[in-house]
Amino acid sequence: MMTNQYNFALAMPEIFLLVASMAILLIDAFSKSPRRTWAYALSIVTLIILMAMTLLQWVTEAQGQSFYGLYVVDDLSHILKFASYIAVLATLVYGREYIQSRDMLRGGEFYVLVLMALLGQMVMISAGNFLTIYLGLELMSLALYSLVAIRRDHAQSTEAAMKYFVLGALASGFLLYGISMIYGATGQLDLGAVADVLRGGQVPLMPLVFGLVFIVCGLAFKLGVVPFHMWVPDVYQGAPTAVTLVLAAAPKLAAFAITLRLLVAGLGSLTVDWQPMLMILAVLSLAIGNLAAIMQTNFKRMLAYSTIAHMGFVVLGLASGSAVDQAAQSSAYGSALFYILTYVLTTLGTFGVMLLLSRDGFECENIDDLKGLNRHNPVLAGILMFLMFSLAGIPPFVGFYAKLVILQAVLQADQVWVAVYAVMMSLIGAFYYLRVVKTMYFDEPIHQYTLGRVPTSQSSVLMFNVGLVLLFSIVPGGLMSFCVQTIARSF
Amino acid sequence: MAGEMVTSSIPWLTLAVFTPIFFGILLLFVGRDDRANFTRWLALAGAVIAFLVTLPLYISFDPSTADMQYVENALWIAAFPVYYHLGVDGISLWFVLLTAFITVIVVVAGWQVITYRVAHYMAAFLIMSGLMIGVFTALDGLLFYVFFEATLIPMYLIIGIWGGPKRVYAAFKFFLYTLMGSLLTLIAFIYLWSISGTFDILAWHQLSIGYEAQILIFLALLTAFAVKVPMWPVHTWLPDAHPEAPTGGSVVLAAIMLKLGAYGFLRFSLPITPDASHALSGFMITLSLIAVIYIGLVALVQKDMKKLVAYSSIAHMGFVTLGFFIFNTAGLEGGIVQMVSHGFVSAAMFLCIGVLYDRMHTHEIADFGGVVNKMPRYATFFVLFAMANAGLPATSGFIGEFMVILGAVQFNFWVGLLAATALVLGASYSLWMTKRVIFGEVANERVAALTDINSREFAILAVMAIMVLYMGIHPKPFTDVMHVSVQALLDHVAISKL
Repeated sequence: MMTNQYNFALAMPEIFLLVASMAILLIDAFSKSPRRTWAYALSIVTLIILMAMTLLQWVTEAQGQSFYGLYVVDDLSHILKFASYIAVLATLVYGREYIQSRDMLRGGEFYVLVLMALLGQMVMISAGNFLTIYLGLELMSLALYSLVAIRRDHAQSTEAAMKYFVLGALASGFLLYGISMIYGATGQLDLGAVADVLRGGQVPLMPLVFGLVFIVCGLAFKLGVVPFHMWVPDVYQGAPTAVTLVLAAAPKLAAFAITLRLLVAGLGSLTVDWQPMLMILAVLSLAIGNLAAIMQTNFKRMLAYSTIAHMGFVVLGLASGSAVDQAAQSSAYGSALFYILTYVLTTLGTFGVMLLLSRDGFECENIDDLKGLNRHNPVLAGILMFLMFSLAGIPPFVGFYAKLVILQAVLQADQVWVAVYAVMMSLIGAFYYLRVVKTMYFDEPIHQYTLGRVPTSQSSVLMFNVGLVLLFSIVPGGLMSFCVQTIARSF
Repeated sequence: MAGEMVTSSIPWLTLAVFTPIFFGILLLFVGRDDRANFTRWLALAGAVIAFLVTLPLYISFDPSTADMQYVENALWIAAFPVYYHLGVDGISLWFVLLTAFITVIVVVAGWQVITYRVAHYMAAFLIMSGLMIGVFTALDGLLFYVFFEATLIPMYLIIGIWGGPKRVYAAFKFFLYTLMGSLLTLIAFIYLWSISGTFDILAWHQLSIGYEAQILIFLALLTAFAVKVPMWPVHTWLPDAHPEAPTGGSVVLAAIMLKLGAYGFLRFSLPITPDASHALSGFMITLSLIAVIYIGLVALVQKDMKKLVAYSSIAHMGFVTLGFFIFNTAGLEGGIVQMVSHGFVSAAMFLCIGVLYDRMHTHEIADFGGVVNKMPRYATFFVLFAMANAGLPATSGFIGEFMVILGAVQFNFWVGLLAATALVLGASYSLWMTKRVIFGEVANERVAALTDINSREFAILAVMAIMVLYMGIHPKPFTDVMHVSVQALLDHVAISKL
């Protein structure tokens, strides 16, 4: 631990990102290019520099707290931030043509908003204090609300943004209310200090559990798990696909981070109280997510329900950590980390294919739009099939190993029937992923769309993305152990 | 069973698994419909090379030991740990060779028939072949599971892309039905891992497990293996899958994929949960006898040739499971011989049906009649394979059934008697179908327009005929290899783990 209470070096990536996004906003104001090439290029460069900075911190093991514990840098924050950069980078590249052709680039604010959302996520990931968590959350959420509404003349997007805003504000209120209860009971805002007070055992349980319920509800909103999932399908469907990807990838990592920070680092003493709550959320999410996804005809809406089911698996991992055995606990939370990382990677690829297909006036929205894709473009069809089987959890793809480690954690927590239930639900889930494969491979094409040349940047990022998924499918062991070690070192 | 392990300097098993997979992936990249012939020859080369690399396994196999041979072991996923652990013994050896052999046949059988997406078709079969060899050679539970499940993907695509009119329904039913079974097995594997700390199958064999846990593990494993075999009453996916699958798909499904389930009983259920196996043997024997008799009767009334052979497969696989659960040498060896034999006979039957289907695009029995008049050479093969399917002496079908009936009579006279009715039923449905399809007057002008088999078809049917007859006349090489392993398995199962 570093003793410097104002260690700006630790917060360098955030500071740089803030300065860079302001600079991009200014530069863009003077740009005449309708393609906003400067804003795009500078955003990409910013992300690459951020990767280098975080990587440098990572290898030099720069860790510790800063600003009197408001801000934490540890292995968990490194890996989640790095994954967020990759997610945002891929999102920008995949979405480049899409946003341009749909008149979403009147100004370069798309890029600046995405970077501001990323900044919020980074603050959430590195938060060591209730206030920092809230600050990061609001920064991210406000940027995301405006991104959803970026097509000002598009009724569906505006409606989605409104829903997202109202429900998101409600969730933030829940979280804040819960935090205030905990603060009232413990007199502390700092996560470490809260944990210390709770370990002392002098705090009345009643206000704590009361606050805990609200915190869990707020987190459930942000993770998008049942019964706080209502916004997910509407926003996924209503938002322009490029923005859906912005929502679907990196924010999940940040929500996961604050869940771990709040519940494990801050309220770890209350594990026995919040675990059953998470278990209920997970069980409901697996059922509703998988069953509702079957009925969807809109591809984005189907993916939204599938996200709910996948988040159910992540929460299942969090609910299975042992309260007493440190090693078993790390292994369970590490499983959840592995799950969410590989899930985000797979989701990126899936939306990447969708965005590549949605070009030249064609909108890939419904599952039927994929009919006969194998005829038109066997490579994209093959990639999407591979990603679908991975999401369905069919070996030898990485989604299987992710489910495997979660099931292993659940069984180690002696919840055999929950494990049986989870595999049955993933069997139901397999159906709708298979249906996508069926649509691409077994059905006759209905659209006579021709795919123009795919820009090299997009196809190479897609290949890199799919290559990563493939790599983790063949040798999942490295990342798996790494996730467990990360959790063990961070908590 | 475990003990010493014989390793080899050349990784023959890795070659056996990954040669076909390598060629399959290569085909995906270089094969195209506008150079279909190149694609076909490349696929054939891949299949032949993949078969050749399995031959050394047999040639230098040591039949005097029950230990695993050609063992390869490398750490794969450190977190559990999971090992890339391969090996064969007398039980699995034949299935490795059979898989590689059938793949060659399938590639040749699809030569002229498949004109749409040739490279994908061939690649799917080659990749599937490697995965199935992986199932038969995996000595790590999780590795086994990965291979076991992964085989579903190519088969799903084969049925769905190149199948018949109801292919989508058949493909989904096949996939979801078999996936449902195997997911519970995954739970059982993770449970075994949690009590033993390893995924090593041979270590699981030595693991002592309480009675109730054994029963639950046995049932969880049963859901996967019973669906795959398939046993009555979870067999219903097979008669739907077969008629819709293309010929090659049916051949692989019947010849090899069904064996994955039966093999699972030998590798997992019996040695890991011997007490549960004994306790539930009555249940298993009952299910097997229902499959043999009831499904035999169902086969009798089928109007579709492929469905008929599908039901006859279920009945024959009932013999296999019957042989396993009467716990004597004749039964167990008979069961394995029956598996190999059924691999040849059912594959040959589906190839024969495929020959007719390619010409007339139907496999309804009523559409045929008097085929012998137009296709005499074909009819010879058809009758031979139908006889083998009925279990005629001097064909491979006889050996396995005879040994299982022998074992069953040793076990219990009445079980033996009921099992023996299969010979009558098998003869009835096989020969009756032969009579309606092959003999009699030429039924209609479409049959009259039939042309006899060409040299390619002759070659594959002749190879199958040689195997069926050789195995029927001289089964000793087949049983010699497995004898010691089977005995060791029986000795192991006889010892309680409680």
